[in-house]
Amino acid sequence: MAIDSKVVAQVAHLARLKVDESDSGALSDRLNDILAMVDQLQQADVTDVAPMAHPLDVTQPLREDEVSEPNVRDKALDIAPAAEDGCFLVPRVIE
Amino acid sequence: MSNAMHNKTLTELKAGLAAGDFSSRELTEHFLARIQQHDGELNSFISVTAEQALAQADAADTALAAGNGGLLTGLPIAHKDIFCTEGVRTSCGSKMLDSFIAPYTATVVEKMAAEGAVMLGKTNMDEFAMGSSNETSYYGPVKNPWDLERVPGGSSGGAAACLGARLAPGATGTDTGGSIRQPAALNNITGLKPTYGRVSRWGMIAFASSLDQAGPMAQSAEDCALMLQAMAGHDQRDSTSLDEKVDDYLGALNNDISGLTIGIPEEFFPDTLDGAIADNSRAAIRELEKLGAKVVSVSLPSIKLSVPAYYVIAPAEASSNLSRFDGVRFGHRCDDPKDLEDLYKRSRSEGFGDEVKRRILVGAYALSAGYYDAYYRRAQQVRRLIRDDFARAFEKVDVLMGPTAPETAFKLGAKKDDPVSMYMADVFTIGVNLAGLPALSMPTGFINGLPTGTQVIGNYFREGQILNVAHKYQQATDWHKQAPAFGGDQ
Repeated sequence: MAIDSKVVAQVAHLARLKVDESDSGALSDRLNDILAMVDQLQQADVTDVAPMAHPLDVTQPLREDEVSEPNVRDKALDIAPAAEDGCFLVPRVIE
Repeated sequence: MSNAMHNKTLTELKAGLAAGDFSSRELTEHFLARIQQHDGELNSFISVTAEQALAQADAADTALAAGNGGLLTGLPIAHKDIFCTEGVRTSCGSKMLDSFIAPYTATVVEKMAAEGAVMLGKTNMDEFAMGSSNETSYYGPVKNPWDLERVPGGSSGGAAACLGARLAPGATGTDTGGSIRQPAALNNITGLKPTYGRVSRWGMIAFASSLDQAGPMAQSAEDCALMLQAMAGHDQRDSTSLDEKVDDYLGALNNDISGLTIGIPEEFFPDTLDGAIADNSRAAIRELEKLGAKVVSVSLPSIKLSVPAYYVIAPAEASSNLSRFDGVRFGHRCDDPKDLEDLYKRSRSEGFGDEVKRRILVGAYALSAGYYDAYYRRAQQVRRLIRDDFARAFEKVDVLMGPTAPETAFKLGAKKDDPVSMYMADVFTIGVNLAGLPALSMPTGFINGLPTGTQVIGNYFREGQILNVAHKYQQATDWHKQAPAFGGDQ
């Protein structure tokens, strides 16, 4: 399942990363090295083996639906690259 | 007397503070001076928090004088720069977070501070903990104090190097695929990765959430027990933290180990392994036999697939976790974005380094339509096979042992452009993370002047037992007391 520059561009877009065309060849080589190593997984006999998400097969705990954390809006906005009137500021998305 | 302070273990320093041999302020000033004098060469710290450290030290001295000391009162500790610290930059080794001042403090840091620990600063690390050499850090590589042309390992490379060089007596680390144990081995220190869920991940910047675990790093197993006693415990703010009783790790250190059964997985001693690495670990196991342990051979047939399974699961989780860095709410933002898409793409591309981008791309690919079953689902199935291998072994044995890393510290730059060869540095440590088990690395001798380590793997929540085994070994040997010539005279 080798990947080429075109696949790199598609995946980079999914991950919202910008890949310069000059780097794309070397990057796909490295990714193919990694995928070739990962392909050893195809050797495994996984018939009837359930995928494992947690080593102790623990499920997500539930808690009471109560407020447990204080309101930290001002602290959160203080570290934002741009904020105004209590909101995060981004380039215009609706004309 | 102060000349020897930096060679003492946390346990010895704690006794010294209690006896009034020195104050926490004197101790803290001594380590801050060593950092100032030597870290220019080593680069093991990203931030040194001298002012806060001295304030904490004074508070500790007051508490000690009043007889209100906690487990760690007055002891200087360095935190890996992956733990959020309110008011102090938390960079995670990345340009993305170069100006990020955390608005809250991680549970681990909070718990240790509550027991009186003094924070010296934040240690260097591979960017977002992705690396085995500390070369992916935005802040430049850390040098190994045993040979400044070599890497300290990673990703907790700054923590291990500052301990090895005696610039701090204790440090926190995190371990996703070996990031505590491998650098511990390469710097001749002791490091423990606890059971998944034993220590809270709250406030610890996530890399691969189903594998990440924080743990102690120090000169000895006894010191790791002291630190873990303060770090471990259930935390409601981390839904993966487990509500299990915290054992008395310090109390278990001197338990008799006669009758202990050590399993030796044949897969940890492959024919391709460097003979000297194998010899050092076998010698350590023989030392434990002299103390009454029994040795049996076991097999973990699926462990050979741990590196491939890990390099699907960890990048997949990373690609998801790191999507939060979008230039909107915190972290790096590009200049003059032309629209929102441009803002996301350029902020992320400028903020992340090459290895982080590679892993995000591998993860996004493995999770994308058409590939999910072949990669992610299959990796999770193999993960179960690996866990079941360990479970079968633990029906017969108490602990498993083998080398921590397949080689000693390698030269800076040697594997930088070859990710797959870099990934093999963690071939013996990754299986433990996939299975969620606790494991410790302890110093077990040298090859050509470079340290080697041996891993002790325990069953779930048996941190007390592996610390006990390592402590008994360290009572009988002195490998862990060897320090490099670097920064030796002061």
